Amino acid sequence: MENRIATTEILADAPTVTAGANTWRWIGIVALIAIAVALPFALSKYHVFELTMVMIYAIAVLGLNILTGYNGQISLGHGGFFAVGAYTAAILMHRYGVPYWLTLPPAALIGFALGVLFGLPALRFEGPYLALVTLAMALATPQLLKYFDTWTGGQQGINLAKPMPPAGLGLDRDRWLYFVALVVLLIAIRIAANILHGRTGRAFVAIRDHPIAAAAMGIDTAKYKTLAFGTSTSFTAVAGALSAIVVGYVSPEGYSLFLSISFLVGSAVGGIATIGGAIVGGFFIQFVPNLANDISDAAPWAIYGLAMLLFMYTMPRGVVGTLEPLIARFYASRLRSAPTPVRGTQGT
Amino acid sequence: MHQLLQQIFSGLAAGAIYASVALALVMIYRATDLVNFAQGEMAMFSTYIAWTLVNAGLPFWLAFLITLAVSFAGGMVIERVVIRPVENAPVLAAVVVTIGLLLIFNSVAGWIYSYTVQDFPSPFPDRPVFGALMTTRDLGVIGVTLLMLVLLFAFFRFTPIGLAMRAAAQNPTSARLCGIRVGRMLAIGWGLAAVIGATAGVMVAPVLFLDPNMMGGVLIYAFAGALLGGITSPVGAVVGGLIVGVTENLVGTYLIASQLKLTVAFALIILVLVFRPNGLFGTAIIRRV
Amino acid sequence: MAFRRHILALIVAGNLAAMGNSICVAAEYSTGASDTEIKIGNTMPYSGPASGYSAIGKSLAAYFAMINDQGGINGRKINFISRDDAYSPPKTVEVVRKLVEEDQVLMVFQSLGTPPNLAIRGYLNDNKIPQLFVGSGADQWNDPKRYPWTMGWQPSYGTEAHIFARYVLDNLPDAKIAVLYQNDDFGKNYVNGMRSGLGDKAGKMIVATQSYETTDPTVDSQAAALQASGADVLLTAAIPKFTTLAIRKVYDIGWRPTQFVNSVSTSVGSVMKPAGAEKSAGVMSATYTKDPSDPRWQDTPEYKDWLAWMMKYNPSVNVTDALAVYGYSTAQTLVAVLKASGDNLTREHVMEVASSLHDLSLPMLLPGITISTAADDYAPIKQMQLQKFDGNSWKVFGDVIKGSGG
Repeated sequence: MENRIATTEILADAPTVTAGANTWRWIGIVALIAIAVALPFALSKYHVFELTMVMIYAIAVLGLNILTGYNGQISLGHGGFFAVGAYTAAILMHRYGVPYWLTLPPAALIGFALGVLFGLPALRFEGPYLALVTLAMALATPQLLKYFDTWTGGQQGINLAKPMPPAGLGLDRDRWLYFVALVVLLIAIRIAANILHGRTGRAFVAIRDHPIAAAAMGIDTAKYKTLAFGTSTSFTAVAGALSAIVVGYVSPEGYSLFLSISFLVGSAVGGIATIGGAIVGGFFIQFVPNLANDISDAAPWAIYGLAMLLFMYTMPRGVVGTLEPLIARFYASRLRSAPTPVRGTQGT
Repeated sequence: MHQLLQQIFSGLAAGAIYASVALALVMIYRATDLVNFAQGEMAMFSTYIAWTLVNAGLPFWLAFLITLAVSFAGGMVIERVVIRPVENAPVLAAVVVTIGLLLIFNSVAGWIYSYTVQDFPSPFPDRPVFGALMTTRDLGVIGVTLLMLVLLFAFFRFTPIGLAMRAAAQNPTSARLCGIRVGRMLAIGWGLAAVIGATAGVMVAPVLFLDPNMMGGVLIYAFAGALLGGITSPVGAVVGGLIVGVTENLVGTYLIASQLKLTVAFALIILVLVFRPNGLFGTAIIRRV
Repeated sequence: MAFRRHILALIVAGNLAAMGNSICVAAEYSTGASDTEIKIGNTMPYSGPASGYSAIGKSLAAYFAMINDQGGINGRKINFISRDDAYSPPKTVEVVRKLVEEDQVLMVFQSLGTPPNLAIRGYLNDNKIPQLFVGSGADQWNDPKRYPWTMGWQPSYGTEAHIFARYVLDNLPDAKIAVLYQNDDFGKNYVNGMRSGLGDKAGKMIVATQSYETTDPTVDSQAAALQASGADVLLTAAIPKFTTLAIRKVYDIGWRPTQFVNSVSTSVGSVMKPAGAEKSAGVMSATYTKDPSDPRWQDTPEYKDWLAWMMKYNPSVNVTDALAVYGYSTAQTLVAVLKASGDNLTREHVMEVASSLHDLSLPMLLPGITISTAADDYAPIKQMQLQKFDGNSWKVFGDVIKGSGG
């Protein structure tokens, strides 16, 4: 919500500083990817597995960011869409013998379709009412999964064989799945960036910030809000499918209301209206409960709750949400000292 | 027919439980524009305080009054200390803070009091009424809930503090210009909500039995009831809570797949909301350009 | 302590054959065992809605603490590593991988819950790690052909339901049965067990079933619906809190069926008394452990030993909590197995010892109930006893019954 648009206008005015900023940005991204590729070879299998889960949660949280951060529609139900993706993958693999990597596109499609179906009635609701509607999704999903047990295996769940890595690569299962997840995450980020930094993204943000003005400017709010919903749930469903493949087991108990709430918390902690924040959110969801358990055996949730409070007090816009404007301001202030006169407001 | 009546009456009894927590939710929403997800856990914690006092030998009503006082103070402190830092932050930050509070209260209660289910004394005797359709205890819960509703309504309508609170919630800047201490209003709002929650908890514990997870399910239904009735309306909270209770019971009885009770009940609530997106008694949010 | 000698005597008597060969051989270890310690891994829901079961985890830790104070097992200390999985299977998978790969435990012991254990069963069996004395009564843990590393402990829910079914067939042949069950594997196992126990009469005799979720505040609506079915026998397959609610509501609406409650929810102090003495009188159940809040055990030496242990090592758990007896007994079983393994603490040998227990008797199991396993029988406890509540305490009747389900 910060004036990133204004900042980029300023930056456009001063090519040398811009080039500098952009170069650093690209170096940063390449460095991060390089680290991500190298890490699994430096870590134990267990840590690789943990990082794979971080990436899976990051994709799920990215979906939520699209909907709640960029489009302003709160969702307490993304755990349900995660479960839909997981069971899509599980049923396809278990019943129909579909190879694991082929389960991702159907999960994305089904997630999208379900999201649009949900998004349509959701158009009527705002704020806490929308929260309730999405909450219903989170609550209904485990019940429905238990009920249709011929398909879903009911309470017993479905055990899945973990995929074997392609021969000749010299990778074990955990590292192979890590790279699969990494590739999916990078694709997801790319798609999200394309959508959010383009016309669609601007429409999303316009609808979030001022729906009446957006409608007055000719943006079809209904279409974009529904699109936001579908896109968002599609991302989360893909994350769910990946989690089924990586964990090797699905059951209704794994997709409780707490999962939906965790996604929302991870989103807020990372930065709700950012893409990078999703990765921070993934780290938070994965590691903080474990740390809490290490700190306190008797009251782990209390530590988890305290962590949430601390993050929200120090960085109410989330980690990336707070840091990104600071970095932008840094570059804007460098611009101020640059020789070229600056037009427009300073970027804050 | 008898079964239908029975289900309706036990639905009303359960609905009164949801209604009492829904009232607390509405109270906080009206005072601070925030849904307090920790409301149930705060109520549960207050009930444990009452339980400790009763176990220490205090007579029930004295323990109850002390609990109310402690809860009021506690609610105010929480607002000033825990919520205040995120008052001007994005709404989502405040939501996350209330979720954090939920986890903290639940965990600390489990740590201090263990997870063993406890008995809780009821001020109302437990005798069947209306030919075993209800007990006097259920009537007590309904009665106290209605009493709280009336008191709350009167408070907002007829007292200067209630008026000040409404002003502070609707337009803090103008309220400050009128000399209203907005911060104090917010704190009082939370304090009162905590009192309502404590009352709800104490009434409900004899029925549901006291354990740290007592309010988990109740909060979800209370949330649904509050929204069904309109998150800004105390009358709506009570009506919504009662409707949710009855719906849940009737759905469970007459639906072939009773395992889908929760799903269908929520689907029905949402269906109603589709036609009344601001709840039955809620006021529409008018957007000005 | 008398009971400790009692166990040792029985182990020696029962396991001489198993021990004989390994006494004079140098120590052998798998990962997780050494000259000084034995690492035991465990997952438990310390957070989340199932956190009530954390009393088991605390009791296990408390029992091992006592054993360590008494010198450990054959001179080795038990390093009990218990982690929270919040009853979420994906989390259980992660936590167990950490226990195995980072903490390097010898085995996973008494992990709680059916879905969590189903989630980790494949991994543990693939890696030949004991999944010992699973904390769940599902029927799946007695499958040594397919899952030779997984073993249950308690009588399965199906076995228990069969015992109820048998009783009804023998004593109430014209009964109309209603079942109130928790909508998960635990509750459903009872329903299915009842059906299979009644055989072809199931369709006629079971007239109504109603489920509840753990998020439901009450079971009032379910009780009323079941009453309306005209049933005269009620089986309540629920966790303690909901059993209490059910017993009370059934009485309050004026229904007086013959009631059965499952073994998990029989505590006098936590279930029967809160429901109300007159409301719970006549309720029947099957059980295999001693209820710590039942007056009839108060003066026995076994109870006193247990109570002393509770006061000294397990003070954060309530003395009426049956989960503490459960944890105590499962821990004793493990200790017996480890002691009998002597200096051969390889995973294979531990499983061998665990699957050759013979009439092992524990102080807090009901008299007459013992633990026995074999290479093709991974169900340590198969016996239960029917009992009836008289308003004050449980009175057993009939013989100890050997279950046939699961």
